[in-house]
Amino acid sequence: MEREKTGFFGSQQSLLFAIVGIFIIYPFFVSNYYIDVAFFFGIYALLGLSLNIVLGEVGLFDLGHAGFYAIGAYTTAILNTKLGIPILVLLPVSAIAAGIFAYIVCSPIIHLRGDYLCIVTIGMGEIVRLALINNPFDLTGGPNGVYGIDFPSFGGPFVIDSSIEYYFLIWIIVVLSIIGLIRLQNSRIGRAWNCIREDEVAAGSSGIDVKSYKLLAFVIGAALAGVAGNIYASKLMAVSPESFSFWESCMLFCIVLIGGMGSIPGILIGAAFISLFPEIFRPFAMYRMLVFGLVMILMMMFRPGGVWPRKRGGPEFVSLLSRMRKKDV
Amino acid sequence: MSKGDLHTTPERVLETRGLTKIFGGLIAVNNFDATVKKGEIFSLIGPNGAGKTTVFNVVTGIYKPEAGQVIFGEKDITGRKPHQIVSFGIARTFQNIRLFQNMTCLENIMAGQHCRAKAGVWSSIFSFSAQKKEERRIREISESRIEQVGLERFRDELAKNIPYGSQRMLEIARALATEPMLLVLDEPSSGLNAGETEVLMGFLKELIEKEHLTILLIEHDMNVVMGISDKVAVMDEGKKIAEGNPEEIYNNPRVIEAYLGTEEEA
Repeated sequence: MEREKTGFFGSQQSLLFAIVGIFIIYPFFVSNYYIDVAFFFGIYALLGLSLNIVLGEVGLFDLGHAGFYAIGAYTTAILNTKLGIPILVLLPVSAIAAGIFAYIVCSPIIHLRGDYLCIVTIGMGEIVRLALINNPFDLTGGPNGVYGIDFPSFGGPFVIDSSIEYYFLIWIIVVLSIIGLIRLQNSRIGRAWNCIREDEVAAGSSGIDVKSYKLLAFVIGAALAGVAGNIYASKLMAVSPESFSFWESCMLFCIVLIGGMGSIPGILIGAAFISLFPEIFRPFAMYRMLVFGLVMILMMMFRPGGVWPRKRGGPEFVSLLSRMRKKDV
Repeated sequence: MSKGDLHTTPERVLETRGLTKIFGGLIAVNNFDATVKKGEIFSLIGPNGAGKTTVFNVVTGIYKPEAGQVIFGEKDITGRKPHQIVSFGIARTFQNIRLFQNMTCLENIMAGQHCRAKAGVWSSIFSFSAQKKEERRIREISESRIEQVGLERFRDELAKNIPYGSQRMLEIARALATEPMLLVLDEPSSGLNAGETEVLMGFLKELIEKEHLTILLIEHDMNVVMGISDKVAVMDEGKKIAEGNPEEIYNNPRVIEAYLGTEEEA
């Protein structure tokens, strides 16, 4: 197939091998602290990839993605602590729970366009967070969250309990997700998503079921975020509502914008930026957000398509915004 | 490419019965009846704002009519969703070209094949052999369509970067890639020069002959309308005021008054 055209393999193959090599040997040369930094890079990469399906591929503004992440994390936390189900068994369960949640919540709002959808998703994310704080059915532990989550295992003797094992767990999942997503991008489903992003009316009139494909993007995006939530919960051994704030959704949005909408290598760069940035600038912690804001403004001015825009023509965020307003017939 | 056999398909391809579409206080389409027969080019003409495009939008499912029916073949398709109507076999183009601008020309055409394929999420992720075969078929059909409209040199060019005339042809190619029985074209010659219009007319005639399509056309260019139409219907203020073959329409006093006489489009 002509995969080179969309530019992740092919000409950059040697670069890819080099990067994979570095990723494999990296944890054997650094302290646990830096392995954990790379672990959180992986978490953000997975979350960025999941939001990218909705925001980058279909062009739907979703500022409540942390809500899906929270559903995944709390599903894992509650089922593990109350029923003792092993974490790795809960991995698909969390994904399915987040996916079903997305399906139910997004079905009635899927016809909203652009900024309207954006506002509703913000509300959705906030409602999830507030619901968790209010401790429904005595399950979520209120503001304190849920404690004492196990290490990942299938219930047998094999247990993931060191930083280095966590590191490999998350990055193997990221790599598998990337492979799956590249295949989706190059399938009729990925093309249908891109068509909807480009022109909803024309997509419908070319035979694409706009509503179902938007929902599909939300469900797959939420399921991946649910996977990230599962691993996050077991890594921290505790989950609490403040980890899933509106700010978290904004960070994910920034990952996609910085990297380049619809571009998988771009997402990885964006995730690296978001997760490594606070570490690099730790000495200047007070000015961190200032610099961050400045970088975002400069990005929008000079590289509106992201650091590594998608070859097939990822749209620029600004042009997508302006097009939102003239999408009617 | 012809779908269905001439002998088994009924004569009538599309029929509208009492079609009415109201926007607020404006009756955009008022009790519109028309019958399009298989293999003909049916043109819809009329002054600006007569409701032609609204008829198209109702037929292709973008608007729901307030009253009336749209019958395609033997099926009542009134109020169906656009993508369903495409899968039944009606494909359309738009007055102001609506391509997928940031996708390549080939990908634009491949989008038209979407409704004729069925690979799902899992078969795409795991790349099952059925999915690969289907992808190959989509690509082959799209390649042949891009050659048919003579745009193979723009194959990997983004749609927004190709010349205007080529964009028109690309949009028609995308519609053809859905394997339609009825092609609905909204002012295909607008913005084209005389030479390009000539090519377009030849192309449409060829489609009728070789692919047994039926074409429903909105057109302002009288040379095109008189040159290729088998039947012409004239609309004014949402109503059909005349219908007949091009000569009859040309000499109809009501038409001249409503359209040619007062609001000459050239």
